[in-house]
Amino acid sequence: MIASASTSGLGAAIGASLLQLVVVVLGGPLLMGLMVKIRARAEGRKGPPIRQPLLDLRKLAGKERIHSEHTSVVFVITPLLLVASIAVAIAITPLVTTSPVLGRSADLFVIVFLILTGSVSLALAGLDSGTAFGGMGSSRAMAIGALAEPALLVAMLALSIQVRSSNLPEIVSATLAHPDWIANPERLLAFVALLIVVIAETGRIPVDNPSTHLELTMVHEAMILEYSGPELGLVMLGQAMRLGFLFALVADLFFPWGIASNSNPARLLLGIVLLGTKTTIIATGVTLIEISTAKLRLFRVPELLTGGFVLAVLAVVTGLVAR
Amino acid sequence: MHLYLYGLALILAGALAGTLLPARSRVSGAALLGSIGCAMTLIAATRTLLDGQTSVYQTSTVLPFTGVHLLLDPFGALFIVVTAVLGIATSLYGVGYARKIQKSRIETGMFPLFLACLVLVPVAASVVTFMVAWELMAATSFLLLLAEHRSRPEARDAAQWYAAMTQFGAAAILIGLVVLAAHAGSQSFAVIRLHAPGLSLGVRSTVFLLVLIGFASKAGAVPLHVWLPRAHAEAASPVSALMSGAMVNLGIYGIIRVGNGLLGGGVLWWWLVVLAIGVASALYGAVQAVASSDLKRLLAFSTIDNIGLVLIGVGAAGALADTGHRLLAALAMLAALFHLTNHAAFKGCLFLAAGSVQHATGTRDLDHLGGLVRRMPATAFLFGIASLSISALPPFNGFASEWLLFQGLLHGFATKNSITAVALLAGVGALALTGGLTAAAFVKALGIGFLGQPRTPEASTAHEVAPSMISGMVLLAIPCVVLGIIPGVVLPVISRATDVGLGGTFPRSVQSGLGLRLSGLSGMIEPVLLLLALLSALILAWGVLQLVARHSARGQARSVEAWGSGRALLTPKMEYTATSFAEPLQRVFVDVLRPSHDAEVTHVAESRYFEHEINYRLQIDDAIERSWYRPLIRYVMAWGNIARRVQNGSTHRYLAFGFIALVVILVVLA
Repeated sequence: MIASASTSGLGAAIGASLLQLVVVVLGGPLLMGLMVKIRARAEGRKGPPIRQPLLDLRKLAGKERIHSEHTSVVFVITPLLLVASIAVAIAITPLVTTSPVLGRSADLFVIVFLILTGSVSLALAGLDSGTAFGGMGSSRAMAIGALAEPALLVAMLALSIQVRSSNLPEIVSATLAHPDWIANPERLLAFVALLIVVIAETGRIPVDNPSTHLELTMVHEAMILEYSGPELGLVMLGQAMRLGFLFALVADLFFPWGIASNSNPARLLLGIVLLGTKTTIIATGVTLIEISTAKLRLFRVPELLTGGFVLAVLAVVTGLVAR
Repeated sequence: MHLYLYGLALILAGALAGTLLPARSRVSGAALLGSIGCAMTLIAATRTLLDGQTSVYQTSTVLPFTGVHLLLDPFGALFIVVTAVLGIATSLYGVGYARKIQKSRIETGMFPLFLACLVLVPVAASVVTFMVAWELMAATSFLLLLAEHRSRPEARDAAQWYAAMTQFGAAAILIGLVVLAAHAGSQSFAVIRLHAPGLSLGVRSTVFLLVLIGFASKAGAVPLHVWLPRAHAEAASPVSALMSGAMVNLGIYGIIRVGNGLLGGGVLWWWLVVLAIGVASALYGAVQAVASSDLKRLLAFSTIDNIGLVLIGVGAAGALADTGHRLLAALAMLAALFHLTNHAAFKGCLFLAAGSVQHATGTRDLDHLGGLVRRMPATAFLFGIASLSISALPPFNGFASEWLLFQGLLHGFATKNSITAVALLAGVGALALTGGLTAAAFVKALGIGFLGQPRTPEASTAHEVAPSMISGMVLLAIPCVVLGIIPGVVLPVISRATDVGLGGTFPRSVQSGLGLRLSGLSGMIEPVLLLLALLSALILAWGVLQLVARHSARGQARSVEAWGSGRALLTPKMEYTATSFAEPLQRVFVDVLRPSHDAEVTHVAESRYFEHEINYRLQIDDAIERSWYRPLIRYVMAWGNIARRVQNGSTHRYLAFGFIALVVILVVLA
């Protein structure tokens, strides 16, 4: 179940990890496009094609690289680090196969702090440009991130206590071995808590509005306002990968069915198809939440996140009581 | 042991050199002798850690309560290693730091003496030796804190708070230890340890609470922390680094040495109290650190936060040991001691870097800094490394120890005791919230202080500091990286200290190897491989960017003026400040911080409808100090005023008092 030491096993694991990476790099932007499409249809519009984010990336790639004169090396490294940190998280998490490369190190704590690495570097880049908007975005993003952290980690704790490990392949394998766990009350509570965190971390309504450029409300967009051209493309790709990854992670933790336990091509293909289906369902659900709610005032967001934290704590307590 | 003693003697010689040598060679002489002495104690302590041997040094005791009693064991050796590395780094740094400011004899002599006390406390093995070293440490640090009181009156206030709190703590420790010594009939720790289990639980608990109060006040745990943000902020930066990186550790040392060692572990609720104090300190420190815009005050509050995390580990270890989970106890204690070691490295580096900033710009107010990355690239880089470490980002050392602490708490849920489980849950919550808040605080410190545009002329004309200062910081930045990448190399060594600290032989909680791998439990990370993966992903992303850019109009990035929303220029006034950065979180934690606002509007003389000037003041001070300590101080002052009526300076009255007292005593005795 865990990556074997032999060379062929290692090769297969690296191959499977790269496969996961390709799936999320392509799938993340498509999920974003899908969410825009669903929203447009629900509002009675036709909307841009689902592959629009990929087309945007191609357009941005052809543009000139421009930096503000106040920026430092942080501004240059951030898009790279954002993409790289989330890419490592994708590669080591069992999304398509249960034995990705470095699966032994695929700890939930590692994943959380890899995501935090991207957030921190983005926030630093926002401050690096020395503009008002950048600082505003950084400040808000860090505030929301800091408050989402407890809910995230405690929800993960709830899942880990059950398995007595925070190692992702082990959690996934254990969940696969116990199909009845899906209806466990602690898992349901942790699911809702994690969903709230995912909405906050991906910057969706009701926490942040990805399509706004109004200074009163924008968070993520304000932080990356100084980016343009290929580097903006990288930042957008990083954001899309994070969205795709977090949806896939939720699918992984709660409904891991179909993840390939060996490197049989047919099983891997099935894994990819099921991953696509599951993330599409989650994306549709999140979009439905987006359509049916208004964006919260920035200072009401902590209440939502505290709610998520309380649910996560309840999940742990329920798990302990049921034991 | 001999090597250690020679090292100690050399440090003391450094103190003499700092006092007696002429002004020109004073600083470098003291620093040289001090660092060689530290290096020798470092070697001696490392050897003890590696071979696990204990060595004893004892002078003959002619009279009761005389004689020096020293014992170097792996637990104390860990603290000596940490202190010695910090000592070398701060001594090096101090050479460049003193170049601009003329140091007094007292100051240059006191610094090595303080260092000597810091390495002496962990080997003291009798009540008198311990208390003398402890009090000498307090006295020397007090004098160092006062050193700059002429130029900065705030230092006086800080020293007063420090003196009061540290003496209060020392008194509590002394009473506790004296009770133990009286029962054992000896002041030697070894004898006390044999006799302590014979005491009733009530006495043992009282002693534990007394020493806990004393040591927690030295460690800066909430609510006994009020001196710490003042003292660590006002002291000269090398002293701040030593206080934050080494002195607060000794508070933790004391809790473990007395609680687990002398008292033999005690009962469950002791450690739940420790855990609760840890949770409170971690949360309060993190929230205050986010809100403060004074760089050194921010670092001081973050020390409280990290000490809180260490206490969570110590408390969890004690509680798990008392409920019979020896492996889990060893794991939690190992996490606590590892985090303590890491904290010394990154916090020492951060304080030294903050000192460099203050040295170069004359201010430590983040709202007056900015853009330093261009003027002081080395300091900015090192501050950045230490900031990422303290924010627990992989692959730096803060990540490794927080991961271990998380594992310790997670596996601790195997306990059947429900109160312990609830306490562990609180610990995880605190760990998670402080993780996010610390990241926010250090994004603020790094982003506002070092990135963006300079906000004041001082910041825009800052200069890089002397090479000796940089090398001091580098020395502390190296462990931040190395302990993060290959934590598995040092952990088996630290686990020797864990065993002695917990008092007994405990199962190995980690396996040896480069990475971190729990033994007997599920959980591992391989930071080397994670770093390799991250680097290859970075190179891949960079390659893609280069490939894409080559096909675009021009390959090289063009540097242009930032878009100023249609205005011609973008001034630093438009930037976010540290205060504005912290505003959203300050609003969320308004009940904890209780900030006071004050807006003063002056109108134009001609019409009240036009404002001439608006002055807005926001002050965030220590809410615990305001609501708990201020009333206490008022109360004490009121009693002091009453007592003053009796003291009118007349000798006759005092003689009368003496006579009355004598009569009362005689009557009572009769």
